[in-house]
Amino acid sequence: MWREHVTEISIFTALFLLVSAMGFIASRWRASKDMAHLDEWGLGGRNFGGWITWFLIGGDLYTAYTFVAVPALVFGAGAMGFFAVPYTVVIYPMVFLVLCRLWSVSHRHGFVTPADFVRSRFDSPVLALLVAITGIVATMPYIALQLVGIEAVLKTMGVTGESSLARHLPIIIAFAILAAYTYQSGLRAPALIAFVKDTLIYVVILAAVLYLPYKLGGWGEIFDAADAKFAASPNPNDGILLNANNQVQYVTLAFGSALALFLYPHSITGVLASRNRDVIKRNMSALPAYSVLLGLIALLGFMAIAADVQPLPGATAGTVDNNTVVPVLFDQQFPSWFTGVAYAAIGIGALVPAAIMSIAAANLFTRNIYKEYLRRDATPAQEAKVSKLTSLVVKIGAVACIVFLDPQFSIDLQLIGGVIILQTLPAVALGLYTRWFHRGALIAGWAVGMSLGMWMLYQVSSPTRSHFGGSAFPLEKFGFDTTMTIYAGFVAVLANLLVATALTLVLRAAKVADGGDRTSPDEYFADEGDPRVSRDERRGVDAAPESVAGANAR
Amino acid sequence: MATSEPQTPAAAKTRAKDKSPWNWLLFVPVVVPLIPAFYNTDSPRILGFPRFYWLQLAYILLGVAVTTLVYQLTKKRGDR
Repeated sequence: MWREHVTEISIFTALFLLVSAMGFIASRWRASKDMAHLDEWGLGGRNFGGWITWFLIGGDLYTAYTFVAVPALVFGAGAMGFFAVPYTVVIYPMVFLVLCRLWSVSHRHGFVTPADFVRSRFDSPVLALLVAITGIVATMPYIALQLVGIEAVLKTMGVTGESSLARHLPIIIAFAILAAYTYQSGLRAPALIAFVKDTLIYVVILAAVLYLPYKLGGWGEIFDAADAKFAASPNPNDGILLNANNQVQYVTLAFGSALALFLYPHSITGVLASRNRDVIKRNMSALPAYSVLLGLIALLGFMAIAADVQPLPGATAGTVDNNTVVPVLFDQQFPSWFTGVAYAAIGIGALVPAAIMSIAAANLFTRNIYKEYLRRDATPAQEAKVSKLTSLVVKIGAVACIVFLDPQFSIDLQLIGGVIILQTLPAVALGLYTRWFHRGALIAGWAVGMSLGMWMLYQVSSPTRSHFGGSAFPLEKFGFDTTMTIYAGFVAVLANLLVATALTLVLRAAKVADGGDRTSPDEYFADEGDPRVSRDERRGVDAAPESVAGANAR
Repeated sequence: MATSEPQTPAAAKTRAKDKSPWNWLLFVPVVVPLIPAFYNTDSPRILGFPRFYWLQLAYILLGVAVTTLVYQLTKKRGDR
């Protein structure tokens, strides 16, 4: 019952209201004279320095859902859930140079979304539209899942109800507030709130990983307890180490997820909001601090085993909701005021990424659908207006997903999202390095990767479900005589690349027209202070330093 | 180097610094964490952590060290 949790609920509410106020005030934070521009609302003025970027991207990538779902996975399956650590280790050295190129060319051309880049690079509105739609579809369920993070906390605090509407009322209110201040402040709101969110998370987790092992008899005991639990379970693929069957899955999942992460529109939004290349490079060394945090949070799953936590019942009778293990662990082990702070950290942790994701999705719609197909002559002010309204629609959609559909549906969609966003890799990430691919071949590769990825996910069964049971595709379905599994997205993107390469050769040999390239090689190295080019200007433009103000910002 | 596309002096200068053999170092923290043979055992334990866990957490430091190193080695040399 909620009455036992009054302290926790009070602290949660107080902190929630604090950040809401910050969200509204944020519209005046680092404000420029002309706020009616998509660069201001959607990218915070493209002027964030090292610290703000660190908090913003950290708060953006390491979402509340991650903080709830990763320990839940470790709790349920053990070592497999730890893939989050290699995933977030390999990501930064991998994108270190790629993101700088993206930033530079976007700075020169004023790109706001990855699809903007594809549009100019491959001279193909169709390919850009596909990239935009893929981005929107992959992002929407991700926003919905942030609500799952808040719900896990609310459930543990006993804030539930009989009817569907009563159960979801707190979330609807929370998202209405979030929608209001995102509408008003744009990317500045999550950037400012991220300071509170991340500070809370760091404090809570460091306290937890120092105090809980002491209370539970030490790390050795914790791992031994987990080992004993997995040894007793009938599932052959759990355990505190990997086995021969899931090693390939572990590695391809970590690698594939890393490839996908910076293809997500919301990650790119965070990157493009930074002031210069230097900020990005320094952040590639600083962001792994969050990976340490994520690794420690993952281990909370084992602590929950050692503390004998029983997850709360799931939405349907007879199931358990593993997402509640960390909230329940805190509830059991800590005084209620501290638990309240921890819950607030998760709750607020959901708001930052949800805001950035809705902004990113709205920007995609505005730039690559509205401006491209509905109103070609839209002014920057109109773009900002449309984007603001779209962000509201996106949030209503996310809430509707959770209220009217089984949350499992969002989880499935997010799983699919990771696989489909990977299919933009050849156009966006490789496109930053080479214009070799034929635009038609990229479209065909995308289609093949999407179809294959969806088919593979459909084939994956789990103990409780016959389809969409996970991303671990059994290789025997390809006819291999093995029990090994592999990450479906990884195979799909390989097929995508293969088709794109083969078809490029064919289309080139057949001399099919391939459009131009509106970017020039030097633009991939432009930095703060280099002038903007307008959309129609070609390379060789006079390098008159029209934005001198930016150049001496340092 | 980098005289192939002398667009603007500033861009050419930046370009010269973007290409560096040091960048190849970035492959190390990408490849090493993806080889389970290195870490998929229990022993030795450190502070109770099986090797699987402490070594992978240590790879985070490897990643930070390499990206920092590459950043410092390829940084613009005192022209700002």
